Amino acid sequence: MLGWAFKNLLSRLALLVVISFISLAAVHLAPGEPSEVDPSNPRIKAEDVAKIREAFHLDEPVYKQYFFWIRDLATGELRSFKDQQPVLPKIWDRFKNSLPLFLLATLLVWTLSFPTGIHAALRRGSRFDRATTIGAYMMISIPGFFLAYVLVILIAGKLGYPVVGMSTFGLENAGGMTRFMDRVWHLTVPALLSAIGGVAVLSRYVRAEMIDVSGTDYVRTARAKGLTEDVVIYRHALRNALLPFVTMFGLLLPGLIGGSVIFEQIFAWPGLGRLGFDAILSRDFPVIITINFFAAVLTLAGTFISDLLYAFADPRIRLGGGS
Amino acid sequence: MSTLIDHHGEADTALKRDTVFQIVRRDGLVLFGLVVLFLVVVAAVAGAILTNSNAAFDPAAVRLSDKLLPPLSAVSSIVPPESHPPFGLYVFGTDELGRDVFSRMLQGASVSLLIGFVAVTISTFVGVLVGALAGYFGERKFGPLSVDSWLMRITDVFLCFPTFFLVLTVIALLPPSIYNIMIVIGLTSWMGTARFVRASFMSLREQEFVDAARALALPGWRIMFVHMLPNALGPVLVTASIGVASAILTESGLSFLGFGVQPPDATWGNILADGKHLIFDAPWLFTIPGIAIIAVVLAFNFVGEGLREAVNPRLRRA
Repeated sequence: MLGWAFKNLLSRLALLVVISFISLAAVHLAPGEPSEVDPSNPRIKAEDVAKIREAFHLDEPVYKQYFFWIRDLATGELRSFKDQQPVLPKIWDRFKNSLPLFLLATLLVWTLSFPTGIHAALRRGSRFDRATTIGAYMMISIPGFFLAYVLVILIAGKLGYPVVGMSTFGLENAGGMTRFMDRVWHLTVPALLSAIGGVAVLSRYVRAEMIDVSGTDYVRTARAKGLTEDVVIYRHALRNALLPFVTMFGLLLPGLIGGSVIFEQIFAWPGLGRLGFDAILSRDFPVIITINFFAAVLTLAGTFISDLLYAFADPRIRLGGGS
Repeated sequence: MSTLIDHHGEADTALKRDTVFQIVRRDGLVLFGLVVLFLVVVAAVAGAILTNSNAAFDPAAVRLSDKLLPPLSAVSSIVPPESHPPFGLYVFGTDELGRDVFSRMLQGASVSLLIGFVAVTISTFVGVLVGALAGYFGERKFGPLSVDSWLMRITDVFLCFPTFFLVLTVIALLPPSIYNIMIVIGLTSWMGTARFVRASFMSLREQEFVDAARALALPGWRIMFVHMLPNALGPVLVTASIGVASAILTESGLSFLGFGVQPPDATWGNILADGKHLIFDAPWLFTIPGIAIIAVVLAFNFVGEGLREAVNPRLRRA
């Protein structure tokens, strides 16, 4: 087990180096660079462009730039091209804004999809099953921003609750309760929108898994033994049907950084997605590359954790043991 | 969606014509999907021909006297007769430049479908190629690792990039063009196909008909693509169908951020994205393309699910 974990971690580390090099090379080799963001500005002369290129090491070959990036990242000296602020605190600030959105959305996804999926599977072909099936398809087929605008019009326009931004401007001196509810309303709508796609997919997946397990021999045996239906469903079928979802806790991790650009843009939410988007627009290479790097770290860590969790949850799986 | 459910993919994955017909006849949603797709393909073909040849259908014709007219308004008398919309009627209204939304939707149908189909063709091609090579030549050594490990490592690398962010980075750094959008969406969505083509090739490799083909000394590519591939095609079609749906959605998301297909070309995504500024004054600019996108994406998803049922007997209803 330990040997497996060690080998696996090493290969993931190698993968991480490859990924970060590719993302740096891709960003640097693509046309367009920070010195060219504003080519029509007459005040920027050729010498200035040369100065900018030198200051950011843009004249060096790509592999040297890679070492510069690693060195600066490790020493915390990595600075944004745009405003000379250190990149790591910048990302950390935005991460703190994205975190509550991610947590609430995840909570919604997991608490809504399991009951829906299990219920639909147990009453297969019923009206509830058909309605949730069509509902799930609707949810994955609507362009996210279309739904967002419809919800904004409904909730802000008709009901009058605040939705855009992280809090209402001018409420800083209000009572604690008012401020809290204000934050909750600002958080709810974007979180709900981020959750909708997840609920649609996960509830279908739970349903499929539950139906799959209900057809197995051990469930038939349990019924044949004369166990009550509740015991068959909740003690025998459900526990096995839930097994694959244990691994999904690990796969949640990358969602931390893949904050939705579109929803953060619509709701003026200063999260990581928008930081990345603004960095792309202004060719802020260190920020783009570092966000990509952390996304890859979280993805690799997530799949590693999910493999481990699966082995713990399902005794039939032995990692690296002789196979 | 696709990557989540294809763990069932073993069983008998070859498509059989009779089961497809059975499922279409029994399942109203699949039938709905097929009907919508048929209508949209007709609209796209007709639209591509009409908007290029007929002045009445010119999607770029600006009529400033007739801006922001609601659907089914008649053309005003100031507009010269040669630039009248079809039948003198704005079926879907006009936008802020007085362009006929109906003509723009017709042009958008072909562009949106083209983006979906080309992107999926690219991703299916790459996915099948990578998956087939990894599954068939799996154990052959190439340098320090086997062919299978190399290809799957590359797949892992691609899986580690947040897809939408990657698409956005590349689109923003490259000059915006409809071809770049198709290629980028295609090249960032082949990993699912590759993984399950590999899985089914690994089990097909051990079967007798493959041994027989090898005994006849057929070349590897022929065994892979003529003998084995048809047996693994079912799930590929399912993913392709759902892939078209998500490519159309991705394009609309890019349009929303201003990186989609650039004007004057119309796609449903950029008509919708432009309509968002006028959502209160001219809601039809938002609802018409929105509903069109939902209908087409739903149709592709329904057809994809129908195919999934056809290729996987375990999902079929008793």
